[in-house]
Amino acid sequence: MSKVIEIRWHGRGGQGAKTGSSILSEVLFESGKFAQAFPEYGAERQGAPMKAYNRISETPIRVRSGVLNPDVVIVIDPTLLDAANPTEGGKDETVYIINTTKKPEAIKKQLGLPDSARVMTVDATGITLEEFGQNRPNTPMLGVVARLFQDISVDAFIEHFRNKMGPKLPEKVLEANLNAIRRGYEEVQER
Amino acid sequence: MKSDDRGKGVIHMPRKDITSGNWAVAEAMRQVNPDVVAAYPITPSTDIPMKFSEFVADGLVDTNLVTVESEHSAISACLAASISGARVMTASSANGVALMHEIFPIAASYRAPIVFALVNRSLGAPINIHCDHSDSMAERDSSWIQLYCEDAQEVYDSMIMGVRLAEHKDVLLPVFVCQDGFITSHCFEPVEFLDDEQVKDFIGEREPINSLLDIKNPVAYGSLALTDYYFEIKRQQIEAMKQVRRVYDEVSREFASITGRQYPVIETYKTDDADHIMVIMSSATGAAKETVDALREKGHKVGCLRIRMFRPFPATEIADALKKARNIAVCDRAAGYGAPAPLFTEIKSALYDAGIHIPANSYVYGLGGRDFFPHNAEEAFMDLIENRVSTEEKYLGLRE
Repeated sequence: MSKVIEIRWHGRGGQGAKTGSSILSEVLFESGKFAQAFPEYGAERQGAPMKAYNRISETPIRVRSGVLNPDVVIVIDPTLLDAANPTEGGKDETVYIINTTKKPEAIKKQLGLPDSARVMTVDATGITLEEFGQNRPNTPMLGVVARLFQDISVDAFIEHFRNKMGPKLPEKVLEANLNAIRRGYEEVQER
Repeated sequence: MKSDDRGKGVIHMPRKDITSGNWAVAEAMRQVNPDVVAAYPITPSTDIPMKFSEFVADGLVDTNLVTVESEHSAISACLAASISGARVMTASSANGVALMHEIFPIAASYRAPIVFALVNRSLGAPINIHCDHSDSMAERDSSWIQLYCEDAQEVYDSMIMGVRLAEHKDVLLPVFVCQDGFITSHCFEPVEFLDDEQVKDFIGEREPINSLLDIKNPVAYGSLALTDYYFEIKRQQIEAMKQVRRVYDEVSREFASITGRQYPVIETYKTDDADHIMVIMSSATGAAKETVDALREKGHKVGCLRIRMFRPFPATEIADALKKARNIAVCDRAAGYGAPAPLFTEIKSALYDAGIHIPANSYVYGLGGRDFFPHNAEEAFMDLIENRVSTEEKYLGLRE
């Protein structure tokens, strides 16, 4: 059986967890991998906690159930560290990517993770507020996710975003988003 | 029925892209360029008319998109257009499908070859937007062909094959192309699309028989047939359904010659030497196959049988695939209420006719979108392996 990487996104309705997971699957697909992206649908409403998932593999993916034991957990909204349960089903080797102003050590303590856990933090909210004056933290988070894949560069994410969103966004907003992706990649703190 | 400029939005390159089950349907519809689509959107099939209406607005298709005030009107408009000779497609789910129910047997009896994307969702109550097969299983005696798809690729391909199947002169029956709501309809995954010209060539033009608009050969629809003729007309429908298998095999063979993608009416996965076989449908099959591989690594001879065509029911092939098994597990995503679940009933009937008497467990799973994990499949397989087989209906993933 092939190794499938399973990712769980925690966000709030409207923050772009679903879009983030879609863009991730598209970038990986363009890099020759097999990918799934699917949100967990409930009563959809702005601001409510929601989850989205990815599966990534070198071979076709068959399982279509929800992700129980994620390899990667991405928390887009810092308030969900308490309001959701990001460590649910986590494994020893699970990687956590958190939008927060805190350092990885502090997050480990907050989530009750062992010292050996891999935690990456980035102030994604701060970056997007600076870049385009809105709290849309999914783009810097994508930049951090790019760190997970040694064979795919952050430029692949930036170019994909440009091609996909270029026709829809004003030039200034587009460039700000592309900057946000790169800043997420560069400003991540890891331990 | 077609203007010369049909398919103005031609895209010439075959391409592979990340898309959802719903968007794959909409893309197939763009390429088919039906004469009429009448739809009343309902979750989780809403994306289909939504995306397709963009194609209409952008002038990529010539379709007359009829926006109506209910599902009953949607299918009524589809039916009227279809018997007028138009190529017709639509989509719906759950209670929308239920509201259309009155018209379904009429469409079959009028021999209207409508291609219908049915995105499976549980019937209320309680209100639930998620997947089970209660909506389409309730239509199993409506004389429509029913195909159940495992993934978005199969959905896309089936929408295109469905046109040829439904419109074949020996069939002329409407077809449901079923996919699992949200699980398949909203999951983004790679799908390979045909070239627009390939689709156009494959489906050809509809050549309607007994069209209402053929004023040189006037016909009547909706006439009365009491004790004198009703029975004979029903018998003709039964006969048409019997022709489906032969035509389906022709159409799917031709499709495979273009795409390399094979769609037999049943899919066997490691069943040849299997002692224990799980029978299942649609998206849950992936978890079953994964479990087959995991259990085989532990030395258990297990296999999986997916039923793609539910109407007409391919009983002979199914019995043949199951005949060597020591016991089987039949998994239904719909309940029977006072009788065994629908797939289990059919499987038992198929085995009886073939003179095969093997112990069989009936499992109901996934009602209202309850997730079906590989560990649920493993639980059922372990029942078979450890010989816990009884006539009592069992449930997977249920809190009791």
